[in-house]
Amino acid sequence: MNRFIAFVKKEFLHILRDKQTLLIMFGLPVVQVVLFGFAITTEIKDASISILDLSRDHVTRKISNKILSTGYFKLDTYLDHEGEIEQAFKEGKVKEVIVFGRNFATEFESGNARVQLIVDATDPNTGTTLINYTSAIILDFIRGEYPEAGMFRPVALETRMWYNPELKSVYYFIPGVITIILMIVSTMLTSISLTREKELGTMEVLLASPMKPAQVIIAKVVPYMILSFINAVIILIMGKTIFGLPLEGSLALLLGETLLFILVALSLGVLISTHAATQQVALMISLFALMLPTILLSGFIFPVENMPLILQLIANVIPAKWFVIILKDIMLKGSDITDIWKETLVLVLFCLVFIAASVKNYKVRLE
Amino acid sequence: MQVAVKIENIRKTYGDIVALKDISLRINEGEIFGIIGPDGSGKTSLFRILATLLLADSGTVSLLGLDVVKDYKALRKMLGYMPGRFSLYQDLTVEENINLFASLFGTTVAAQYDIIKDIYSQIEPFKDRRAGKLSGGMKQKLALSCVLVHKPRILLLDEPTTGVDPISRKEFWGILKRLKAWNITIVVSTPYMDEAMQCDRVALIQDGNIMSVDTPDNIVNEFPARLYAVKTSNKHTILTDLRDFEYTGSAFAFGDHIHFTDVRTEFTNDELKAYLEEKGHTDIDISETTATIEDCFIELMRKKI
Repeated sequence: MNRFIAFVKKEFLHILRDKQTLLIMFGLPVVQVVLFGFAITTEIKDASISILDLSRDHVTRKISNKILSTGYFKLDTYLDHEGEIEQAFKEGKVKEVIVFGRNFATEFESGNARVQLIVDATDPNTGTTLINYTSAIILDFIRGEYPEAGMFRPVALETRMWYNPELKSVYYFIPGVITIILMIVSTMLTSISLTREKELGTMEVLLASPMKPAQVIIAKVVPYMILSFINAVIILIMGKTIFGLPLEGSLALLLGETLLFILVALSLGVLISTHAATQQVALMISLFALMLPTILLSGFIFPVENMPLILQLIANVIPAKWFVIILKDIMLKGSDITDIWKETLVLVLFCLVFIAASVKNYKVRLE
Repeated sequence: MQVAVKIENIRKTYGDIVALKDISLRINEGEIFGIIGPDGSGKTSLFRILATLLLADSGTVSLLGLDVVKDYKALRKMLGYMPGRFSLYQDLTVEENINLFASLFGTTVAAQYDIIKDIYSQIEPFKDRRAGKLSGGMKQKLALSCVLVHKPRILLLDEPTTGVDPISRKEFWGILKRLKAWNITIVVSTPYMDEAMQCDRVALIQDGNIMSVDTPDNIVNEFPARLYAVKTSNKHTILTDLRDFEYTGSAFAFGDHIHFTDVRTEFTNDELKAYLEEKGHTDIDISETTATIEDCFIELMRKKI
């Protein structure tokens, strides 16, 4: 046991004395969270719009005011006739034009009022979001004015946004960021630290010592497990305090699942190191063979459901995909273990497979 | 005398390359045994097999009666293996390194201080320095302390003096000799022929073959011819001129002299001197000299060819 503790201590010293590792470990999460949280955002704030109000009555004024008072939209100009719509888009000044049909107030009473939403769809994501926002606001207005008029639909579009009614993209990103960070820190750093021993020749001495291979690996992995866990907690706290990220489900379950995913990533790192002879190779495998698929196929940025079937199938063998689902379910939907036991089981299986493969590959002698 | 290391018909190949060709060797307990040979002669493969780190293609090796393949777990507790490359943690301090190695073998520096004292006391003043910042000689001492800290029965030192300055090398051999007092069997390899004289017995190894095993003195005494050191004013042509000489057995540069043997048993300096003068050499100095291990090594290699 002393042997084990001494080895864990040594591993901590390696990490603490290597500024690059420290920077990757603790700088990266903060940068990523801030980057994804603030910069790369698909949510709408102060979008420029124009309104073509052909009716100019009290109802259209009320709706316009409601839309403009949300903070999502900023009025560029009121247009006078339809010919100006295209001009407004071409000048690039506005993202959306809202057109109220003639005699809106009268038609409104009879249920035939028309609102047309025209968006600049050169950026389809933003376009869709604008439509969703606007129609949601209008529907809300109608419900406020005529609570009893259930079937009344001036815009034939019903959009319901569950779990993230304000479409806050940061809610989607934080679980993704946690996943990516854990992947980088756990997989990459462990695989590099194990191959470093090979490269420097210290592995030869370790092998020749009575220390068992399993002890070496576990002792190597423990510090990274602790630091990864601290990292996950830091990101969660940042998400909560800076971005107001909700946590609907149980914190204990969330932390438990996080630990499970860390184990998956660590065992993957060990597996990589049993194959890679040099740190360079380990880094390459971790970065290109893992990071890119993780980012692209985990559903972190691009929804997996919209991908071609072949990519959807590949996504199933990306551990991060399952963890992103688990995180979103716990944090945003408040799911408990009975809802996510399948995903959890998948992660457990990944972990077992990686560990078994690592043990099988780990040599008690040199090649 | 007890046999500490028994090597029987060991063969090791890497693809088409044969690193060790059916080597057999016995090393006695408590002796300093040198494996002497140039780079690529198979020394490191042999050491890794001894250290239980490499499997031979055929043959058996036992250390202290334990088989390197079957009993590797038990053996690893008793061996102190120092690989050719500097294999300590450069980012850890001297003290952290030695404490770590003590812990790996389930002991402590304090408990084993008597055996490492001789060496470790020399680097102890720098115990807070990172191992990577030590000089070559000090690194070697630290590495030796680290492999000694669990009182191994057999020390396997693969080229411990390569890349170390001459003074540190001399010190290092002094330390090894003093370790004999602990009845530790020391197997040490070196590409430096002059270091062979420091060993109790040596094996000369070349291209995966052991050419000779004996005490250094015996090897030197068995040099088959009389050896002459030749020196003239013209350093550039002397070697080729000597090799062109009718009766030359061998001629090799050795320091600033040429070591020369004659194929005849009857030989006079004057005859060679006359030949060299004819070739235009002046200040000719020919004197008989005693053979070194290097001369023997070259002689053995020559015979093989």
